[in-house]
Amino acid sequence: MNHFHFIDRRKNPKGKSLGNRQRFLKRARVQIKEAVQKSLRERSIEDIDKGEKITIPSKSTAEPRFRLNPDAGERDAVHPGNKEFTPGDKIKKPPKGGGKGKGKDASADGEGEDSFQFTLTQEEFLDIFFEDLELPNLVKRSLKELKSTAYKRAGLTVAGSPNNINLIRTMRNAHGRRLALRRPSTSEMNALKARLFELEAIAQPNDNEVAEKLRLVEQLQAMEQRRRYVPFIDPLDVRYNAYAPTPVETTAAVMFCLMDVSGSMGEREKDLAKRFYMLLHLFLKRRYERVDVVFIRHTHHAEEVDEETFFYSRQSGGTVVSTALEKMLEVQRERYSPSEWNIYVAQASDGFTQSGDAQRCVEILEEEVMPISQYYAYIEILDERELEVFSDADSGAELWRAYRIFAPKWPNFAQTRIARPQDIFPVFRELFSKDAKEAA
Amino acid sequence: MSAAAAEKSSALLYPDNDWDFTRLKATYNAIEDIALNDLGLDVYPNQIEIISSEQMLDAYSSHGMPLMYRHWSYGKHFARDQQLYQRGYQGLAYEIVINSDPCIAYLMEENTMTMQALVMAHACFGHNHFFKNNYLFRQWTDAEGILSYLDFAKKYVAKCEDEYGLDEVERILDAAHALMDQGVFRYRRPPRLSEADKVARAAARAEHEQKTFNDIWRTLPAVEEDDEDKEERANEVKDIKLPEENILYFIEKASPVLKPWQRELVRIVRNIAQYFYPQRQTKVMNEGCATFVHHYIMNELYARGQIGEGAIMEFLHSHSSVVFQPDFDDPRYSGINPYALGFAMMEDIRRISERPTEEDREWFPQFAGRGDWRAVLKDAWANYRDESFILQYLSPTVMRNLRLFAVHDDSEESHVEISAIHNSGGFKRLREKLAAQYDLGMHEPNIQVVAADLDGDRMLTLRHAVHNGRTLDTKTRDDVLWHVHRLWGHKVKLEEEAA
Repeated sequence: MNHFHFIDRRKNPKGKSLGNRQRFLKRARVQIKEAVQKSLRERSIEDIDKGEKITIPSKSTAEPRFRLNPDAGERDAVHPGNKEFTPGDKIKKPPKGGGKGKGKDASADGEGEDSFQFTLTQEEFLDIFFEDLELPNLVKRSLKELKSTAYKRAGLTVAGSPNNINLIRTMRNAHGRRLALRRPSTSEMNALKARLFELEAIAQPNDNEVAEKLRLVEQLQAMEQRRRYVPFIDPLDVRYNAYAPTPVETTAAVMFCLMDVSGSMGEREKDLAKRFYMLLHLFLKRRYERVDVVFIRHTHHAEEVDEETFFYSRQSGGTVVSTALEKMLEVQRERYSPSEWNIYVAQASDGFTQSGDAQRCVEILEEEVMPISQYYAYIEILDERELEVFSDADSGAELWRAYRIFAPKWPNFAQTRIARPQDIFPVFRELFSKDAKEAA
Repeated sequence: MSAAAAEKSSALLYPDNDWDFTRLKATYNAIEDIALNDLGLDVYPNQIEIISSEQMLDAYSSHGMPLMYRHWSYGKHFARDQQLYQRGYQGLAYEIVINSDPCIAYLMEENTMTMQALVMAHACFGHNHFFKNNYLFRQWTDAEGILSYLDFAKKYVAKCEDEYGLDEVERILDAAHALMDQGVFRYRRPPRLSEADKVARAAARAEHEQKTFNDIWRTLPAVEEDDEDKEERANEVKDIKLPEENILYFIEKASPVLKPWQRELVRIVRNIAQYFYPQRQTKVMNEGCATFVHHYIMNELYARGQIGEGAIMEFLHSHSSVVFQPDFDDPRYSGINPYALGFAMMEDIRRISERPTEEDREWFPQFAGRGDWRAVLKDAWANYRDESFILQYLSPTVMRNLRLFAVHDDSEESHVEISAIHNSGGFKRLREKLAAQYDLGMHEPNIQVVAADLDGDRMLTLRHAVHNGRTLDTKTRDDVLWHVHRLWGHKVKLEEEAA
């Protein structure tokens, strides 16, 4: 019978091809980025947590080989399924560029096509999308550096906790020591023992055999003893991986998210605003582990809420935008001293507020908020019909117009509008791209 | 259930279609009994691995090998296969089998028990016998060594990446991949002996270094070659007689600019190309052999009452889709299906051997009517490749059944001409044309190194021997030449000359 065996590999670690995939993404980086930007224009934000199918020009990842020109010279081919042909028949060739005549030359693996299509996971997609985005001016004010520590590998030590044992080094040391101190090996002893048993089995041993037996017993005893002196593993052999704490510099930053949830904002507008913040939140979480995010929502009065409430609870009421700014300042005074924190504010509103309140907002911004903020982004949420009315940048709702006047004084102030879900991605990029920051 | 039916179902290897390891083993044993004792196959020991569909995709994208060095192109193939698979455009192969000793076959966990039986018969006995016995595989590949070689290759590439950076390694691998088709010895055997010498020498040196305990250096690929290596390489270059068909080999030895680790990378790509070369020449035979074997074994299992009617129906369904051959004017047509052609030819060898017609006696006097089809097939499997097999064994019956016809296409003409069909005047020509179609030499450009001015301006001259006026596709030609230039480091010229 032949030898065979089964191996169940289903539990083997997955993602064996991950390294190849990373190399592929790196290789086609430029094209993939372009494709991601392009797909964003057509993409709605509820897909934010899904992967994305993208198409890149196959030229960037072509694997050229020498090929024969399919349109030159003579060739013969044999095909199955003859119906009415007889030898000598002449058949007109289809016009150039038509489907026929490719056969095997145009390789079946899709290489011949102009584009290559595949799916990015959400992780990969967001990484690429956020890649060149940044909180503007984050480094300019290097105020209080939050010192945190991370542990990094730092060689080996002779003391440590058992979970850090470096087995390879330990066993190597032990092996060397055993060799140097001549520890009798198990196989050696087993050989002697086997001989001893043989001798024991002899019913009437002669003198030589008796002598040998005694010698063996003695020898084994000596070996036994030696093995006790020279253990298999000695505490001396043990090595541990050492980890040294290394300081990691982080910058303290806080992002205030102010959202209008008043009655004038329809469900659609609220939804747009929430989606924008969702993206912002995702961005901050991915790129800045240590950024604090403060969620403030307002109607005619403002309150600080947690993430869950901010995104998912419903509320309605009148509109006084300045309450949100006041609330923000209150929180800021309490917890985020401008001498220690980089302060960012993002405000979303439909631009309608109680009459006179827009002026009040501008005052608060001018006098208190802007001087302490690194960057202030105002996002106006519009109706699609309104977008047509306010096509020109100067016209807009109350708040927009008021901000428009004071904005030129503050380079770190940005305002922009969103009317459709598909505006969110480009607007987001506009607000946080590195270039925009330079310009700001 | 009647008593007879109950008795019958108790003899079944698997009464329902779920598989588990006990059933797999029992079925394997039943299959093996037929394969060895009836068909008389001779196989490597089998190692059968159960894998998930994701793992199958993994293996797929890297030449079907369980171990492969990292490269972006495998990532790309994986992304594409995954896309096709997930959207249902493409099923997965039922199995992958590796020409190694032991022979490794993958079974997918999603398969039904009948499919597992089919795959075991197909891969573990059909392909396995072919790998072990076909002269091309015996002469050109090293079934014992391939897995450890791939393991070495993977580690070596990883080390180079650590040492010299991903981009540098990618640059060399990309360029070498572009020349993979020109990286094989077609007409002479690879210089294996000196290779073995070299390995022995390298081992001796490694041992010496170990003794001197130069532990760190031993594991790093050398940056500069020492004098001994340099001299040895110079001698090897001198031994190469131009023209040289293996461009990668020539570059590996003679390139004026490559560092030792870069030469080693080129060599890895070249060795892998060489390993796959026999497979590319025996597609019809290899698949035909495996298909013939699984067909015989499954039918025999049914005849012995070891699998039920449901199982044999399911088997026939997938078997007939495997050997389905669409006509040339069918939208599904994409060339001749190697499974269909190989299986049809081998079945016909059996028919001719058992129940020959007058025509068969005339065409195949050496075995028609002798009944020893097992021996005829085993001889064919061992001593032929696709081209010669078709030339020798393609029968009028098969040509008629497939309704084969040959088309002559001259790019200068506005018409193509039917040059032969399946009639008594056409069989011989048809057979020659079809055989030529499987001659890789006819379909891959024949490009050789004809000159390298090693002492002067170091220009490398390649020559494409143009056959039947078929010149190179200019677009890919220029791209590949750019890669050649990267490896050679100096001017590269390509001539095209009518052969």
